[in-house]
Amino acid sequence: MAIGLGHYLTVAAILFTLGIFGIFLNRKNVIIILMSVEMMLLAVNLNLIAFSVHLNDLVGQIFAMIILTVAAAEAAIGLAILVVYFRNRGSIRVEDINMMKG
Amino acid sequence: MIVQTIAFYVFSAILVASGVMVISARNPVHSVLFLILAFFQAAGLAVLMGAEFLAMILVIVYVGAVAVLFLFVVMMLDINFKELRSGFLQYLPFGALIGLILLVELAVVLGAWVTAPAAPQAAGAPMPPLDQATNTEALGQLLYTHYVYLFQASGIVLLIAMIGAIVLTLRSREGVRKQNVGAQLARRREEVVVIRKVPTGGGV
Repeated sequence: MAIGLGHYLTVAAILFTLGIFGIFLNRKNVIIILMSVEMMLLAVNLNLIAFSVHLNDLVGQIFAMIILTVAAAEAAIGLAILVVYFRNRGSIRVEDINMMKG
Repeated sequence: MIVQTIAFYVFSAILVASGVMVISARNPVHSVLFLILAFFQAAGLAVLMGAEFLAMILVIVYVGAVAVLFLFVVMMLDINFKELRSGFLQYLPFGALIGLILLVELAVVLGAWVTAPAAPQAAGAPMPPLDQATNTEALGQLLYTHYVYLFQASGIVLLIAMIGAIVLTLRSREGVRKQNVGAQLARRREEVVVIRKVPTGGGV
């Protein structure tokens, strides 16, 4: 059985769902939530690459590279905010972040 | 063909398994390590699809930068992870429900999906055949010509992220003894050396 577009899309869909599931499961741990977001972005990248190869169009791979850049920037900023928050509060409980509301 | 099929199933099985471990591992350090494993498997899938350059970039950027950043933060912050895990089972049914709904929706999308006959002709930048240009070469020729502004813009995004991360985490602490080169060089002999006459048997 040849491996086609559908197979790759299925794997990416399962990975994306796992990312969403991880956000709900680890409601208190921001680090795991950020990791789940990275996993979702990885799934999106896999989708883009799969469609790019299937449609014989290189633009999809360019898009995947841009998403990779944004994912790296997002991880850096998110973790920097996390470090500052931990320094000020001494914990990273998600419930406590409510106090940032004005 | 059979090798490709086996490789696909091995890569995707390990990818999904390590994804499950990322969200369910007790120790966040293990989560990060499983995330790294997942990134490697995704790179393997990309190689299998024929996107070699993106596969290598995936390894370099995700494993080399993002995952190591996560590892640093997890290990440097002194966090009570036991407490953060409480309520894990409480959220399980709701999360499973949402995940199931999403998976069913995605399955519906995947099941009823066809390629439009005009889609292959509408390619923005058709991939050149492999004997003319490799994947990396073709991507470079496209990225540095048609998408050069997008390329520059992503560079600016990274620059802003870097400056933002530095500004956020930089702090000036009290009581740190730093070397002050100017003060050291400005010292003069008269200010610091005192010559005393020591009487015999008396001491200073």
